[in-house]
Amino acid sequence: MAKITKEDVEYVAGLAQLSLDEAARERLVGEMSNILSYMDKLNELDTSGIEPMMHVLDISNVYRDDVVGPSLDRETALMNAPKSDGEYFLVPRILDQE
Amino acid sequence: MTGTLYRLTAHELCDAYKSGKTTPSQAVSSCLDRINAVDSKLKAFVDVWKDYAVDQAQASDDRWAKGAPKGPLDGVPIGLKDVLCTKQGFTTCCSKILRGYRSPFDATVVERLLNAGAIPVGKLNMDEFAMGSSTENSSVQVTRNPWNLRCVPGGSSGGSAAAVAADECAITLGSDTGGSIRQPAACCGCVGLKPTYGRVSRYGLVAFASSLDQIGPFTKDAHDMALVMNVISGRDPHDATSADVPVPDYTKALRADVSDLTVGLPKEYFTDALGQEMREKIEAAVKVFEKSGAKVIEVSLPHTDYAVAVYYIVCTAEASANLARFDGVRYGYRAPNAVSVEDMYHRSKSEGYGPEVQRRIMLGTYVLSSGYYDAYYLKAQKARALIRRDFTNAFQKCDVILTPTAPTPAFEIGAKTADPLEMYLSDIYTISVNLAGIPGLSIPCGLTASKLPAGLQILGKPFGEETLLRAAYTYEQKRGFTLGQPPIS
Repeated sequence: MAKITKEDVEYVAGLAQLSLDEAARERLVGEMSNILSYMDKLNELDTSGIEPMMHVLDISNVYRDDVVGPSLDRETALMNAPKSDGEYFLVPRILDQE
Repeated sequence: MTGTLYRLTAHELCDAYKSGKTTPSQAVSSCLDRINAVDSKLKAFVDVWKDYAVDQAQASDDRWAKGAPKGPLDGVPIGLKDVLCTKQGFTTCCSKILRGYRSPFDATVVERLLNAGAIPVGKLNMDEFAMGSSTENSSVQVTRNPWNLRCVPGGSSGGSAAAVAADECAITLGSDTGGSIRQPAACCGCVGLKPTYGRVSRYGLVAFASSLDQIGPFTKDAHDMALVMNVISGRDPHDATSADVPVPDYTKALRADVSDLTVGLPKEYFTDALGQEMREKIEAAVKVFEKSGAKVIEVSLPHTDYAVAVYYIVCTAEASANLARFDGVRYGYRAPNAVSVEDMYHRSKSEGYGPEVQRRIMLGTYVLSSGYYDAYYLKAQKARALIRRDFTNAFQKCDVILTPTAPTPAFEIGAKTADPLEMYLSDIYTISVNLAGIPGLSIPCGLTASKLPAGLQILGKPFGEETLLRAAYTYEQKRGFTLGQPPIS
């Protein structure tokens, strides 16, 4: 039995900002169902009273002095931009043209 | 001597530089010749920095000639997994989404190796964004195993492992999120170390799963491993999770003595999942420890069976968050002809990421999504605590744990690509180590009947790298064989 449906896959793809074609959606229904069923193994495990492990190290806050350090200059920061005007990153228009 | 200089370890090279028998220029040119001769078949390198390496080697020649090398790795040819940011060349994670990306900075490990005089000769192939166990998920090429070109080198750091095993350079760096250093090291027959989480700075390592990722070296022996760890370990202000724990001189751990050590064998690792031939190799390796005076006991890691499920929840969840940054705005691939910003995000990601990366982003997004967070992600984090506790308990009874690194030797190209879950299960012996954050080292423990390397995994307590290196060094000295050269030429 499929654990998740094509609608689930579409919904999750939307959250993940992925556009999947029909073939990919079909494939992922099967693959994700299979993998998630395997993960259901965890339900066998009694975890009551166990604190979730968020991180490996027992460190909480790491502070540094509040001083300005070196950072990238504008030219370097923009050097990998797919599109820029030399000052800003350019993206397609966000608001509809009126 | 230039002819086979490429075969030497880093410490042998430096001895030869010191005594004037050879120079870094000769060694680098020997490695470049070797790359030229074998890499069209092996496909370990995605970029070779010939001119850069030759220039760097000349500068190193001068330092050695003046008797003032920068350190014990000065003039040693190294290779870097393409997940590490380098100002030189490109940094692409072997993904289409980062094709042509030039990092404005060097990863801390790269900076430290450069400051020590090591000479990077290029970038190495990997599964896209380090997601895979065979290097077949690279968008660039499929790396071959130098012992058998029909087989995978393991992954995700398959290029790094193959390059050292085929003597293309003395040392490489890789990254290990669930076994991506140790499993390919085992498959290719070299030494690979995943340090304790926090031992080595992750600054400049393109993030896959931030609570699991660690950078580590591939070397030809334990001695070189100690030399690299001396250079790359330690606190880095650029990585808040790098631990403020003093770095010992790891070469002091290179003593052939394990008589004071208790070795634990986890009973859950020696089940039917382990092939008979691999089991025999591991048992023979355990005997070497026993004969060297170590006490061998059985230990239990009762939650082993849950590790793969926990891992693929935690790592996909973290990956889905980390990879959200590749949106086509500031760097990386941007799909042409997008009609809106939203459309640009969607198209750039869908066209830029390969199938395994998309699958993991989907799984990670699902397990974090509203309604499933508690059932999957939170449950996995609780189970992760139990897995770590297993190791804490086991290490109260023993100093190191010995296991196989992988259940089988390297498999054939294409053998596991049809079923992602089967591919995930090739990491059963390595994954728990990342979940617990402890160090793990893989060292060759023989060749199978089909002439493929087998790997022994040595696990230690947090920041117990010295003990791991001592155990590895002792085993190397006492095992009574060498793997020899892989047949590639």
